Amino acid sequence: MKLKNSISAAVLAFLVAGPALAQQPLKIGMVTTLSGPGGYLGQDVRDAFNLAIELEGGKLGGAPVQLLVEDDALKPGQAKEIAERFMKTEKIKLLTGIIFSNVAGATVPDILDNGGIYVSPNAGPSNFAGKECHKNYFVVSWQNDTLHESAGQNATNLGYKKAMVLAPNYQAGKDAIAGFKRFFKGDVVGEIYTRLDQTDFAAEMAQIRAAKPEVVFQFHPGGLGIAFMRQYAQAGLLTEVPMVVAAPSLDAVILKAIGDAALGVNISSHWNSDFDNASSKKFVAEFQKKYNRMPTYYASQGYDTALAIAAALKATGGKVEDTNAFSAAMRKADFQSVRGAFKFGPNQHPINDWYSLKVEKGADGQLGIVTKGKVLEAHSDFYAKSCKI
Amino acid sequence: MDDPLKRAIAPRKNVRSVLLVALALVVLAVLPQLADMFEQPAMVSLATRIIILAIAAASLNLALGYCGLVSFGHAAWYGIGGYVVGILYNHYVSGDPLFGLPLGTDQMLITLPVAILVSGLFAAVFGALSLRTSGVQFIMITLAFAQMIFFFFVALKAYGGDDGLIVRRRNSLPLIDTRDGATFYWICLVIAITWFALLRRIVSSRFGAVLSGVRQSERRMAAIGISTYRYKLVVFVISGMGAGLAGALMANHARFVSPDMLHWTQSGEFMIMVILGGAGTLLGPAAGAAVLILLESQLAAFTEHWQVILGPLLVLMILFTRGGLSGLWKLLRGGLNG
Amino acid sequence: MSLLMEQALNGVQLGVTLFLLAAGLTLIFGIMGVINLAHGSLYMIGAYAMAAVAAKTGSFLLAFPAGLLAAGIAGVAMEYLVVRRLYARDHLDQVLATFGLILFFNQLTTILFGRQPLFVEIPDFLEGSVMIGGIVRYPVYRLAMIAVGLATAIGLYVLIARTRLGMLIRAGATNREMVRALGVDIRLLYTLLFGVGAMLAGLAGVMAGPILSVQVGMGEQVLILTFVVVVIGGIGSIRGAFIGALAVGMVDTMLRAYLPGVLRQLMAGPDADALAAGLSAMGVYMLMAIVLLVKPQGLAPAHG
Repeated sequence: MKLKNSISAAVLAFLVAGPALAQQPLKIGMVTTLSGPGGYLGQDVRDAFNLAIELEGGKLGGAPVQLLVEDDALKPGQAKEIAERFMKTEKIKLLTGIIFSNVAGATVPDILDNGGIYVSPNAGPSNFAGKECHKNYFVVSWQNDTLHESAGQNATNLGYKKAMVLAPNYQAGKDAIAGFKRFFKGDVVGEIYTRLDQTDFAAEMAQIRAAKPEVVFQFHPGGLGIAFMRQYAQAGLLTEVPMVVAAPSLDAVILKAIGDAALGVNISSHWNSDFDNASSKKFVAEFQKKYNRMPTYYASQGYDTALAIAAALKATGGKVEDTNAFSAAMRKADFQSVRGAFKFGPNQHPINDWYSLKVEKGADGQLGIVTKGKVLEAHSDFYAKSCKI
Repeated sequence: MDDPLKRAIAPRKNVRSVLLVALALVVLAVLPQLADMFEQPAMVSLATRIIILAIAAASLNLALGYCGLVSFGHAAWYGIGGYVVGILYNHYVSGDPLFGLPLGTDQMLITLPVAILVSGLFAAVFGALSLRTSGVQFIMITLAFAQMIFFFFVALKAYGGDDGLIVRRRNSLPLIDTRDGATFYWICLVIAITWFALLRRIVSSRFGAVLSGVRQSERRMAAIGISTYRYKLVVFVISGMGAGLAGALMANHARFVSPDMLHWTQSGEFMIMVILGGAGTLLGPAAGAAVLILLESQLAAFTEHWQVILGPLLVLMILFTRGGLSGLWKLLRGGLNG
Repeated sequence: MSLLMEQALNGVQLGVTLFLLAAGLTLIFGIMGVINLAHGSLYMIGAYAMAAVAAKTGSFLLAFPAGLLAAGIAGVAMEYLVVRRLYARDHLDQVLATFGLILFFNQLTTILFGRQPLFVEIPDFLEGSVMIGGIVRYPVYRLAMIAVGLATAIGLYVLIARTRLGMLIRAGATNREMVRALGVDIRLLYTLLFGVGAMLAGLAGVMAGPILSVQVGMGEQVLILTFVVVVIGGIGSIRGAFIGALAVGMVDTMLRAYLPGVLRQLMAGPDADALAAGLSAMGVYMLMAIVLLVKPQGLAPAHG
């Protein structure tokens, strides 16, 4: 009887995987994270991408498109499987959507080796930005380090001399601290590595209080950041030691979850919902109308990714089969980014301005993230110089 | 042949089951062609993943199902197997010496045995300690050791830390192109068949009889003069080696290793596969791996809220069958025959 | 000195939170013999229910019992519909079934509340921090958590040592069959016990809500640590859960606080910090491995 099991499993495999659908519109594959604590990141990227398609009436750059979305559950193995199915079964050439660097690290080489094009709406790990850069690999969001470089510059501009830095003990955390230190001119009086599965930061708060720095830089994305910020405020540190963070540690969702505990925190980002340009205004208004919530900067990246693809599709007449032509069209970045001036550097990662923001109470008493000024102008990344395409 | 223990657990042989095995093997052997025919090329990769996980689940089952050693740390041996491949490959590419010797390699004929040996070695050391406990304590101590190894790899910055290691190219074999998906599938299939045949030999041998004796009553086994500790340790090591083999194959299949492979949720997933398929049955874990992975991938393609379907399915499966899929099969067959 | 005091308080506070989770789990585990992986889901349900009611009504005093009640009801329903059928089963069946429940609860929460973490405010009367003995400044809310945790521990002790229900629980832990043979409605007792365990988990979730992130998957983050506490303390033993929880809380906090400093004496800064983070993450598991090797039945076993 045990033997029949394996047969029924094999038969089942064929039954459940139906024949491929007839191919009409151009299919774009989105592998993203929708479940678990990081789920809202993928959700915002997907929703904003869909919004861009909808605003063009089901098209991007004049070409009818169909977006296929699947949840990778933050598992690199699962993401690879989905990407492979997209490419082989659905014959998709153009993929996007990955949120987390470790998932991208596993999946992107596969996509490129199989002749696909990948446009990243979020993760921008350093290993693909330098020597390993690729002509069919674009990052619309940022190179990971630049987020924290802008925070370092912001802290320098604000005149702080003694900083304490905290990040989880994993690669992105270490990169964050390295990026911050690269642009922070003062002294770093303490480095603390936290854990990715940590929920209680009381021990770290006590250490910060004991070290008496002038400013704290911390990188704790998503739920980690919520717990960290709340406990920082509850420990009474917010009034004693100001904080400088990069965008991932305090996005619109985290702000909503933290409330007043975030008041006065300095953020640096490439985009904010109050940006005064036509593209951004349209995006924020339409996003709120459709989804009834504030877009996070993840959403802005999903939207920009769709616009960048649309611009390239317009130039190639809706075709991606000739990947060289498509890449060449992508490289021009001929679209109105919600973040204002935008172009691709030699490694096909963005060159754009970085801004300082601050959490403030508006006239209506609502908390909001307010843009204060520029931190870095037309900033590229550290790895671009070692890329030869 | 006159060993009563052996006779008692010897599998009932009949023509029908032999035919069924043959048929299953034929289907599995021509799966890449079938996948082409049905225009489902991604099937091959999915099937490869299932086969690899089936090896891991069957290995865990040897300890868990046949000997009653509920290990909640098998992801550690699986991950170590994977890291052996990843580390050897990275040294091969960079040319940096390993332990002061030029040991890096991308030859599968070397990496797989090394992966099996290294995982077996670790399983021996940690197994020797863990086996001083039993029952729930054994579950938790295997978890503890696996978590320590997990955090070790997370902190291991030289090999990528939390981000893991990319194995840009699959390990190679003489004369065979392993980079071709179908070829690699066949390699995994052959290895899996060999491994299952070996497991069958083990469980139907006198050694296997002692194992099931230990599962039923360790005290009785000790009373008839058998040193159960040694048997348990040997089975734990073999089981760890199998998991290491699976990890090494997965590193080749995914061309990527990361600490995720060692996380406790991965250990849990192996356990789920074994229980779902039916613990203590030879092919049950393979069926469990296949059904779990197929359900996951098909439901995820169907709805983003796939877990809300998969969860209750698992619960119902347990409530209404005894012994997972094997139990379900028995139920169905009982219904048809009776 | 004040830093050490503060860290000790932090250890105690983490410990009592773990105790609330572990107390329910150890009762269910020790007395009913059920490995309930979905215990973390009850913690999550408590936190979500509390957050939802607080957002709707703005009242902490309403939200607090709501969280407890929701977790309790979910627990009783879980026992009645699923767990009840698993008592006679293998531990392995329980593992698979309760794993299925985790998937279900997580996704259901996502469907109901969305993927964004929820906001929970600290009630006004627990805001801020106070000076203790003129040396340590400590957040009022955390002090309240310690107080609630200790009060619950004492309450449980009284319940188990002094009441008829407690007597039955102790008897059940020692010899399940005998209690049943004496004509006690063991089914009702089990349902009740499961509900109490669920409410304790809910209480932990409710209290953690304002300081942690209320999000899907928060249960699994603490689940393994809770099992560690239960096993270190001794399965089925409330006293053990208390000792184990404090030990885990202290070890974890102290390693995180002081290991980097110690290692920095021995090696370069960044290396020391990274190594210390890795070692302190392992600390709790090392503690468990050592306890199990030296005292396999845990620090304070329930019986024998």
